[in-house]
Amino acid sequence: MQDPAPIGLSLPQLAASRCNLCWRGRRSSSFTIKPGLQTLMTLAIKEHEQHERLEKLKTLFGLPVNKAKLTSQRTRLKNQNGFHLCRLGREVYTFVSTSRMSGSLLNMFSKGTKRKFSDGDEEISDESLVGARVASSYSLQRQSLLDMSLIKLQLCHMLVEPNLCRSVLIANTVRQIQEEMTHDGSWHMVAEAFCSAGQSPSERLVATEVLCRSREQDAEPKLFSVISYEGCREEEVVADETLCSVSVSDTVSNVCLAGRIGQCWEKSELSGVERDEEALEDSRLGSGEDEEIDTKDRASTESPKTIGQVFGTFEIKNGSPGPDSALEELFSDVDTSYYDLDTMLTGMQSAPKMGPYDILDSLAPSHSSPSIVSTPNCRSDLNELDHIMEIIVGS
Amino acid sequence: KQIFTSNLTDVSVSARPTADIISTVEFNHSGELLATGDKGGRVVIFQQETENKSQSQWRSEYNVYSTFQSHEPEFDYLKSLEIEEKINKIRWLPQKNAAQFLLSTNDKTIKLWKISERDKRPEGYNLKEEDGRYRDAATITTLRVPVFRPMDLMVEASPRRVFANAHTYHINSISVNSDNETYLSADDLRINLWHLEITDRSFNIVDIKPANMEELTEVITAAEFHPHQCNTFVYSSSKGTIRLCDMRASALCDKHSKLFEEPEDPSNRSFFSEIISSISDVKFSHNGRYMMTRDYLSVKIWDLNMENRPVETYQVHEYLRSKLCSLYENDCIFDKFECCWNGNDSVVMTGSYNNFFRMLDRSQRRDVTLEASRESCKPRQVLKPRRVCAGGKRKKDEISVDSLDFNKKILHTAWHPQENIIAVATTNNLYIFQEKVN
Repeated sequence: MQDPAPIGLSLPQLAASRCNLCWRGRRSSSFTIKPGLQTLMTLAIKEHEQHERLEKLKTLFGLPVNKAKLTSQRTRLKNQNGFHLCRLGREVYTFVSTSRMSGSLLNMFSKGTKRKFSDGDEEISDESLVGARVASSYSLQRQSLLDMSLIKLQLCHMLVEPNLCRSVLIANTVRQIQEEMTHDGSWHMVAEAFCSAGQSPSERLVATEVLCRSREQDAEPKLFSVISYEGCREEEVVADETLCSVSVSDTVSNVCLAGRIGQCWEKSELSGVERDEEALEDSRLGSGEDEEIDTKDRASTESPKTIGQVFGTFEIKNGSPGPDSALEELFSDVDTSYYDLDTMLTGMQSAPKMGPYDILDSLAPSHSSPSIVSTPNCRSDLNELDHIMEIIVGS
Repeated sequence: KQIFTSNLTDVSVSARPTADIISTVEFNHSGELLATGDKGGRVVIFQQETENKSQSQWRSEYNVYSTFQSHEPEFDYLKSLEIEEKINKIRWLPQKNAAQFLLSTNDKTIKLWKISERDKRPEGYNLKEEDGRYRDAATITTLRVPVFRPMDLMVEASPRRVFANAHTYHINSISVNSDNETYLSADDLRINLWHLEITDRSFNIVDIKPANMEELTEVITAAEFHPHQCNTFVYSSSKGTIRLCDMRASALCDKHSKLFEEPEDPSNRSFFSEIISSISDVKFSHNGRYMMTRDYLSVKIWDLNMENRPVETYQVHEYLRSKLCSLYENDCIFDKFECCWNGNDSVVMTGSYNNFFRMLDRSQRRDVTLEASRESCKPRQVLKPRRVCAGGKRKKDEISVDSLDFNKKILHTAWHPQENIIAVATTNNLYIFQEKVN
């Protein structure tokens, strides 16, 4: 599959309204979109634009136009996983999944007008809907803030040291949200997620809004962000979905989050990553029986440990070089000529087992049972990616 | 020199485009020189030239006096990271002789520059021609005494000291001590004390780096020496606290002598409370009794004798409080605004977005928002106060919060130590405003 030219969003554009799965090239002020997603989206865009152009031409020549198809394409392009590729504007796309929160989420999405979604929108009474909306919007708000913070921790310059003050503030915000979610009881046991091998994969909230206005606001929400879960493992990704739908145990969630935070500047902390893996192994095995308090305790110890790797880069590097396919893929759309020497010298390696934007790669295993695999699964993901693309193009 | 304290809104202006984004602005102790540092590592010094001083209406012009490249981009091979050449801070030394000295710093290295004038040159050497070529000794038949003759003014900047390799983290502040012999440099986790003559050693006086970096939750954001007491300095943190330390107490000033912290307002609590409480700048007043701190939304004046709350709090752009989420998303919430006092500590000034800057009169309890832009500033015309409409109905001449341009921010401002002349740096321009005297 050939990668099309990257879709660039300038920084002001990005900052002004919409976020997307993107990765910031070193010292550049434009964002490019990760290959996998980009391919998917490009195809979707191209197909849609082609169709639009065709319809325009038809109109010019006075031929009948297939408006229905255009409209439906405009609202969503659905793939088999239950994801909707929604076009929000020129060059801006986001994934929306059907989730338990689909009702309220999509209500907010749709500027206050209720939309029908064929994926099982329950009939709820007005009152409870309002109540649910308010409560869920706050949780969504909090969740999206959490996701945004995690993205921020990852989008750091690779050649210039990131701003320590900013990172500390963001990390503190993440901790604060975590604590609040823990107190709220929003983190449920992830044991379910682990033990039930054949769980439903479609409950993965990949995109949310960022609500900055009052909850009553029904004007078009200007800000969107896409969560990226680049957890070290599949099972972490699995945990993420339950995270979103508000049911994850402390340990794993914290390790997930911490893992992501840690990956931000994980240039050479090989030992740190190994610790991360071990912690995950432990949590996986033991989480089934743990009380929430226990996991919370473990979380509080584990979370700082890996959060600390965020700042570890500022210390002496001690990693050993080792190639990693996921890592290479992550940087594949960067001009690596200048980079190669650096990566060799500094031993950039296996820190992110899955790049933050291998979101589509992680989509793939949703069909199969989430076996506990410790190796990156990019290769199989690419096949799945092809599969998904076919579906997109075919719709 | 007199200090003027008349109406703040009568201001006249001159604007100057800059080659690169200005990253610091500083007047020297007499106010005659204004130094700016930019992202490209250059320092540009402007000199005040006053016309018609004897008349009642006078104006000063600041013209370029000297330009030099202070810092070059470097590459840290150990960490495989670039070191930016952007000048983070410039501080002038008090003038002792004909030459001027300033300290300029980027993220890692501090340099002491000597700026000297040359307006005479020796002529009439015996062994050299005027252009420098050596004369053939055999052709010399007479001897003469070389004399100094006037020449066109030449301003030379030469690096006198380079203070390097003392900071692991990014230097955010430097401050010259009142003893004129030492200065401090602060990075995110440590503060070092230097002697101006000694470049290969510095003393570490504050170290807040935790043994376990994972427990890091607070960084140093600014530090400054007291203007009169050479043993006292303060440093601010990302958690909104200011610590005053006395170097006489111990060699390592990890234990503060005073801790200035305002209790949090529970009604305003949000996920962003900590971020917006992070102090971006701290400045002592000229008289040494007060200090001013700038956090994201407000300016606070503290009495050094009262630690539990500030004596005055001014809101800079309270209308942004409801926009914190979007400001967090576009990273504007991390912008570090500076603040400054006027000569007699009666007015403080700080920047905002949309090229607005605010002047807050402490004595008269008034404040004004002004704009530094080419459209609204005509030379020698009075600046019009601007108003921002937070919500609801927008009156005429008001600008709504949603139309503010968050890319146009004024982070760096400076006030002449004696006169009512201010320097305001926007992204691409340096504005010098001067009070109109009627």
